[in-house]
Amino acid sequence: MEKKATREGYGEGLCALAEVRPDLLVLDADLAAATKTSIFKKAYPEKHYDCGIAESNMMGVAAGIATTGKLVFASSFAMFAAGRAFEIIRNSICYPNLNVKIGATHAGISVGEDGATHQCNEDIALMRSIPNMTVINPADFVEAKAAVLAMADYKGPTYMRFGRLAVPIFNDEKNYKFEVGKGITLKDGKDITIIATGLMVAEAMEAAAALKEQGIDARVINIHTIKPIDRDIIVKAAKETGKIITVEEHSVIGGLGSAVGDVVLEECPVPVIKIGVKDVFGHSGPAKDLLQQYGLCADNIVKVTKAALGK
Amino acid sequence: MDKKLEKQLEIDAVKVRIGIIEGIHEAKAGHPGGSLSCADLLTYLYMHRMNVDPKNPDDPKRDRLVLSKGHGAPALYATLALRGFFPMDEMKTLRKIGSRLQGHPDIKIPGVDMSTGSLGQGISAACGMALSGKVTCDPYKVYAVLGDGEIQEGEVWEAAMFAAHYQLDNLVAVVDNNGLQIDGKVSEVMSPYPIDEKFEAFGWHVININAHDFNEMEKAFNEAETVVQKPTVIIMRSTKGKGVSYMEDVVDWHGKAPDDEQYETAIKELKEHLAELENN
Repeated sequence: MEKKATREGYGEGLCALAEVRPDLLVLDADLAAATKTSIFKKAYPEKHYDCGIAESNMMGVAAGIATTGKLVFASSFAMFAAGRAFEIIRNSICYPNLNVKIGATHAGISVGEDGATHQCNEDIALMRSIPNMTVINPADFVEAKAAVLAMADYKGPTYMRFGRLAVPIFNDEKNYKFEVGKGITLKDGKDITIIATGLMVAEAMEAAAALKEQGIDARVINIHTIKPIDRDIIVKAAKETGKIITVEEHSVIGGLGSAVGDVVLEECPVPVIKIGVKDVFGHSGPAKDLLQQYGLCADNIVKVTKAALGK
Repeated sequence: MDKKLEKQLEIDAVKVRIGIIEGIHEAKAGHPGGSLSCADLLTYLYMHRMNVDPKNPDDPKRDRLVLSKGHGAPALYATLALRGFFPMDEMKTLRKIGSRLQGHPDIKIPGVDMSTGSLGQGISAACGMALSGKVTCDPYKVYAVLGDGEIQEGEVWEAAMFAAHYQLDNLVAVVDNNGLQIDGKVSEVMSPYPIDEKFEAFGWHVININAHDFNEMEKAFNEAETVVQKPTVIIMRSTKGKGVSYMEDVVDWHGKAPDDEQYETAIKELKEHLAELENN
């Protein structure tokens, strides 16, 4: 399967978006080559503004641009967007409910060698706690590109999370349609449901295939929109399969697992087992090895799923 | 500035001050000191300088103002009311449940161009408005009003760098230099001085004026219009609590409401001043 990073989908998505939204402006904070807004910058140099290494100001500038009606994306690494600029996002973007899109790349531990200071495992928790904010975490290149393009007519503050690591492209670009807030059942199943987001969706699919060979029929759901979350698809899975495993490249505190848990607790209490970064910092190393070490891989999903079923 | 206009602005500024005191007294909370110190400035801008239309508050061609020192909200609200964006009577609902007039500026209020209150952020939004105007060659101007304590925030200097880098000559920032912040004198808490040299070093055109002199204000904003490829900052030396004798230059009046007796004293002073201006 061809591999490409979701951040590449972000860069290409911006170019596609500019064709339908000529008012689009893109801001970056000295990371254009890494966030891939460089792809957009090359095509539309007059619509790309570097804010320098000053993420707080960049978010405020984006807010100001949005008040004038233009569509604006502000980009940085997840750590500096959701982390450093959190309060500006809350008070200057979400409180006035401005149409600012935040493109946050290099999320999670798959940043790799740069280590813990750059491996943001807290951004989903931070962003989903702010009123008015939409949180999107695409699973592959195709979904990332489509999600960006979908912002042409989706109003309101939106946080979009992208990865650094090249990951399998499992969606078909010709047929794929992105719908904000809609979970996708990638594989039906009756024994248990694996709900994954972002880079972990491909791992969940691989795990489900391995489980099938061992006689376990696992449903796989891709939740690309963590807020507003698709309650119906989660409740249905809870009712029909009785147990849920969540998988995310993010802390187990406040991310997808917590969001799914909130829905299940309120509407159909069943066990929810969370696979994620277990309240620890990351460290340096090749991305693939880190994902293995932190249990963010198909092997561990298989192991946890079997244990959940007592097998 | 002709005498008639100057007199009218003086009258308007007293009405704004009355609105500030009435609002904060009713709310039993708020920031009178820093509202009164920028009351003349906001009166000058909204009643004379800015291209705004209360009947069309969202006009894309309008001039914008971001009150980066958002705790000066009562001054902004009273000025907008006087300009006709909403009834002055509404000042009595300030900070109350169900009121539009939130403790700090809220973009949903007619005439308010940006939600502010967390210091250091408004100037960035003003930069974004100014940049957007540059991109599409819109003729509007953007004004940002900063506190002198507020410029201790690092984001202000990120924004200062940004505005100079992108040559935002459609942006004018004003620093309300009343010399006091919650914990005491700005020079003692964390000195931002020399403010003018700092902005100059960041590439801004700098003008120093007296915050309570409409002629100096007029000259400064006229000068700002002639500056090209640079943002302008007007540093105005102001008196915190200006216009209410017992509040002037007293740090305690940063963030508390007058009690009933103090309210009566303040309103009596202001109304006497108003009568004096109107009868001469």
